[in-house]
Amino acid sequence: MSETSLAISKFSDLANPTRFLTLAARILPRLAGITVLCFILGLYLSFSTEGDYQQGETVRIMYIHVPSAWLAMICYTIMTASAIGTLVWRHPLADVSARAAAPLGAAFTLLALVTGSLWGKPTWGTWWVWDARLTSVFILFLLYLGLIALNRAMDEPSKAARVTAVLTLVGFVNIPIIKFSVEWWNTLHQSASVLRLDGPAIDPEFLRPLLVMAIAFTLLFFTLHIMAMRNEIWRRRITGQRRMAARMASREE
Amino acid sequence: MGSYAIYVYGSYGLAALVTIGITLWTWADGRARQKELAALEAAGLRRRSAGPKDGE
Repeated sequence: MSETSLAISKFSDLANPTRFLTLAARILPRLAGITVLCFILGLYLSFSTEGDYQQGETVRIMYIHVPSAWLAMICYTIMTASAIGTLVWRHPLADVSARAAAPLGAAFTLLALVTGSLWGKPTWGTWWVWDARLTSVFILFLLYLGLIALNRAMDEPSKAARVTAVLTLVGFVNIPIIKFSVEWWNTLHQSASVLRLDGPAIDPEFLRPLLVMAIAFTLLFFTLHIMAMRNEIWRRRITGQRRMAARMASREE
Repeated sequence: MGSYAIYVYGSYGLAALVTIGITLWTWADGRARQKELAALEAAGLRRRSAGPKDGE
């Protein structure tokens, strides 16, 4: 108990979270503004460009499906980097970052799964198949939920941080599996057509809206991540102050 | 848009729902925390680094 409160007061004594709050207050309005502008441009391009000659209008689903799927993986990679920060350097912001990112990652993964399903029905003729790509992304979704549940199940923040960080690192093995699943196994899912060694194999007509939407989604993620990190810092300060108040009250008695 | 409209608009509708949902959730969480911090401050509690030291 005393070790926990010591850890929390030590946490609030560190200057870094305070500096983070100052920085967040400065960049959040600008970041949110650029995000909205990118979404307006992205949505305009998504619906004004031509449909595909084979799959017709359903190609427009790609402009939200692919960015969500990218972010699902980027978010997990950020959580893994944060996990290393927690385990190796015990940086106070690392656990804040991991904890704030998890629900966002889960949301983008869910979006990738649902839009993929809605795209699969008209193009593949099925909502869902248990093949390598789809299953590995579904596992990523379960991992996010598991990490959120595990982190919230433990009362002691430093222990919760360490245990969650270890599971995050173990789960990272899934990210290359997702990325290369379309090459290693037979799957209904197409292989990479944008991030390829020999350049994008996709027509500029589709690449333009896709890239703008990808930027918009990425900016949205970082805006929300910074906001959620700020919330988490505030939450920890509130807990710390309440503990301090309780200690002062018991001393006065 | 043809017969596929439901899939396309369905996807965009769900995407809007999820992204706006997490945005509002994050924003509301921040508002609630700020209120709690303000309440603690009003009760005379502040971070040791932020306020003057009370006599011990």
